[in-house]
Amino acid sequence: MKPVDMISGKAAPYPGSNVDTDEIVPARYLYRDRRDGFGDTLFRDLRFDENGNERASFVLNQSRYRDPAVLVAGSNFGCGSSREHAVWALLDCGIAAVIAPSFGDIFRNNALQNGLLPIVLPEVAVAELLRAVTDSDVPNVAIDLEAQSVFGPEGSKYIFDIDPQVKKNLLAGRSPIDKTLALQAEIDRFERGYREAFPWSA
Amino acid sequence: MVERPRGGRTLFDKIWDTHVVTVSESGESLLYVDRHFVHDGTSQAFERLDIEGRTVRSPNRTIGTADHYAPTKGGMDGFNDPVRKNMVIKLARDTARFGISNFGLGDPQQGIVHVIGPELGLTLPGFVVVCGDSHTSTHGALGAFAFGVGATEVAHVLATQTLWQKRPKTMRISIDGVLKQGIAAKDLILFVIATIGADGAVDHVVEYAGSAVEALSIEERLTVCNMSIEAGARAGLVAPDEKTFAYVAGRRHTPKGALWEQALSYWRTLRTDDDARFDREVRINAAEVAPTVTWGTSPEDAVPVSARVPDPANDADRDRRERRMRALEYMGLAAGTPMTQIAIDRVFIGSCTNSRIEDLREAAAILKGRRVVVPAMVVPGSGSVKAAAEAEGLDRVFISAGAEWRDPGCSMCVAMNGVDVVSPGERCASTSNRNFAGRQGRGARTHLMSPAMAAAAAVMGRITDSRELLNR
Repeated sequence: MKPVDMISGKAAPYPGSNVDTDEIVPARYLYRDRRDGFGDTLFRDLRFDENGNERASFVLNQSRYRDPAVLVAGSNFGCGSSREHAVWALLDCGIAAVIAPSFGDIFRNNALQNGLLPIVLPEVAVAELLRAVTDSDVPNVAIDLEAQSVFGPEGSKYIFDIDPQVKKNLLAGRSPIDKTLALQAEIDRFERGYREAFPWSA
Repeated sequence: MVERPRGGRTLFDKIWDTHVVTVSESGESLLYVDRHFVHDGTSQAFERLDIEGRTVRSPNRTIGTADHYAPTKGGMDGFNDPVRKNMVIKLARDTARFGISNFGLGDPQQGIVHVIGPELGLTLPGFVVVCGDSHTSTHGALGAFAFGVGATEVAHVLATQTLWQKRPKTMRISIDGVLKQGIAAKDLILFVIATIGADGAVDHVVEYAGSAVEALSIEERLTVCNMSIEAGARAGLVAPDEKTFAYVAGRRHTPKGALWEQALSYWRTLRTDDDARFDREVRINAAEVAPTVTWGTSPEDAVPVSARVPDPANDADRDRRERRMRALEYMGLAAGTPMTQIAIDRVFIGSCTNSRIEDLREAAAILKGRRVVVPAMVVPGSGSVKAAAEAEGLDRVFISAGAEWRDPGCSMCVAMNGVDVVSPGERCASTSNRNFAGRQGRGARTHLMSPAMAAAAAVMGRITDSRELLNR
């Protein structure tokens, strides 16, 4: 996982609540190895027609929004299936952050495991950002994780909340597995006590 | 960090507290995992272990089964694609090299991970259960804290048998009163989701309680907990009771003898204290639940079978209006159409939501002595369910009705085996859990409903109130 710090670039509007991970990556692509990449599968059935040609009307195919760094989305973004491929597809397309009023629980966890920044802003702020991204001459957005700030296209600024530990991990690009394995002795100790209390558990 | 409720503790609090290994400075808890299920969609997690040079900490707490890519006929020869076949082979190889038990294709116990867990006594009350699949919430029906995670967290559990978790908020959905005759658990959970919304339980663990939940069988509770994720919940659970203990008793991996007695006395403490507080309370009147069917592309788009397709143009919420307009277009439906006039092209009875023996009995009660008028497929949840159904003669009921009787797997719920796929534009009456656009195949149109309702749709060729056929 690469460290996350400053993110800046185009932001694409992706309004509408309950965008599910089946929409983000259809199940028929899930067999691939991680290293083979998922960029071409992002929003596959909306972005491309049956013959694999781009649909000109789809937001990410419009030159204004092509190759965005940020997605501004509706509430409960990434609901549904636990497929981490949804996060990989966004990252493989160069999207480093998604801003939404709320996220699907598992999607948000998966995003944090991979250094994709899921930023929660109030519904009103997201609506404002969506409008600004749609209306402004240059739909650019900048995100400063250290300062927990989003800078909108028209000079607007929003502060977002993030768990301090999660922020630290993102800034360091640290794999949680290493952090946990450093606690091995503690896990061993816990396990011995647990087995004694609940001997039927394994 | 969510503050610990003062005074009494909820069922969830009790399970959580016994599993906390340590708490980080920022308040995240490292939770110990009792049971970890892996399936044939988990390959990227093993890939990650290899890249990082790690091993599996507790193979004995890990169980594998082939389900997502499993063909539902022809066994290992049933694949139409070497890539999918390879996923089942990879699972067998990955589990074998780390010493993990695996129910591969052809094993009599193989089946959908959320069906075999409870069935084999691998899921027990009080457990923390994790799997790389969002419908892991199913296992909560036995009084476990069970939730789905992505591939990286699967790798984390494989390597450490633990997982970092922020303590979720708690929500109680109290369902009191009596379900009307002929109303299924599926109707109940679709009604709940339509009431609270697809994001109604985000950041919460839901405890289902109340007299109507107590009255449900364990298999019905599994159906209810299964779809907790469709309301955005981290997990759903039901306090274990005498029904739970009777269900769990004597299963293959259930403790026996003195251990059973010890476990039982602990399990009896697993209930929410009377003075415990939930972050949110929702009340549902069971008597209001009708046979329920979805019309749109979110599980919250559910209405009584007697209703008409709603007109989103009247929706004051702009976001929901636009989403529902798109849903109508995708589903090829006109607002105002009576649900019972919607013609169906095919029927799927199966999935981790509705593929257990009681589900199959419910479908068979409708299909007995009748003929299906559209292609219909019945896919049992596991080899054990299949054997039990055949011992009761249910397979013959399905086959005589003209339906196909298949082998266990996720099948057409997720359309990943390459064969069990709904064609573009086709309309499927399905007992599965998601009506998302493209879920059952590109351009597929899904209507979620109970097994009895799906069977009735197969017989009538349109969405039908199954009670009309039961009474005939």
